[in-house]
Amino acid sequence: MNFAVLQFPASNCDQDAVHVLRNVLGHSARLLWHKEHSLGDADAVIIPGGFSFGDYLRTGAIARFSPVMEAVQTFAGNGGLVLGICNGFQILCEAGMLPGALIRNRSLQFRCEQIFLKTITTDSPFSNQIPKDKLLRVPIAHGEGCYFADEQTLRQLRDGNQILWRYVNAQGEPTESANPNGSLDNIAGICNQARNVAGLMPHPERASEAILGSADGRLIFESLVHALQNRKGLLVEPEPAVLAA
Amino acid sequence: MKAKIIITPKKAVVDPQGKTVQGALAQMGYSGIGAVHVGKYLEIELAVADKETARKQIDEACHRILSNPVIEDYRFEIE
Repeated sequence: MNFAVLQFPASNCDQDAVHVLRNVLGHSARLLWHKEHSLGDADAVIIPGGFSFGDYLRTGAIARFSPVMEAVQTFAGNGGLVLGICNGFQILCEAGMLPGALIRNRSLQFRCEQIFLKTITTDSPFSNQIPKDKLLRVPIAHGEGCYFADEQTLRQLRDGNQILWRYVNAQGEPTESANPNGSLDNIAGICNQARNVAGLMPHPERASEAILGSADGRLIFESLVHALQNRKGLLVEPEPAVLAA
Repeated sequence: MKAKIIITPKKAVVDPQGKTVQGALAQMGYSGIGAVHVGKYLEIELAVADKETARKQIDEACHRILSNPVIEDYRFEIE
């Protein structure tokens, strides 16, 4: 698969994302500077973490007007898969490609720690390979990751099964103390209505190899690859007729 | 001409900065301190023909980039 990993001034998780996709998963991944107008032959787009444009004005506010984002909007409009991680999630919200916004952590602290994520639905191109009851151990590193949306939007997210991940404790419960930033409903990641654009604050690319303490994040990238292979008809699924027999 | 823009968090949005400042003021002994909201102030110098054009331009910019309508309100004056 061909992944495009966007690069804005002050992106800083771009190389990590490329490393995981190329060296851990064995796919093609290339960096794409924010001034580019085309995504080329990309099968999927990763918007990585960082502090694009110094987080000036608001996180993601300036990046979302970069030329490459127009191409990303068109790509997503045609059903292309887009995953925003941390600052990437903030950019997608600012661009209106995901509902809601990410605001200052309720504690006012920059939180850099390992958290547990519960996958709320495996019915998405970003979570289909995650075993149902498995909690993901992945790190967060952000000062502005408190997810906010108005009541109506929250209801739509719940009703539409668009909440992909919640912050939970080691027992899998979405408690207040397991919520590192004050996000409504302990929301850590969501997808759009069409389910082809997703964002999450935690960093799966920093937890995709055992040597880093956890390889759980890899499941998110493997889900993406699985979804892409499915789309391209590369998966060898048993024929329904065979199953029936 | 100059645009003076004030951006504040919406009422429904939690404002931990405001709450922290409120706590600090109370702790310093200031009495009668109510809710505090921390926002942003921008000054933009403008070289446009008339106030109406300036107002239209700034209103659009506030809506598109300078504020996020999901979490913030804005108001401005043109001088």
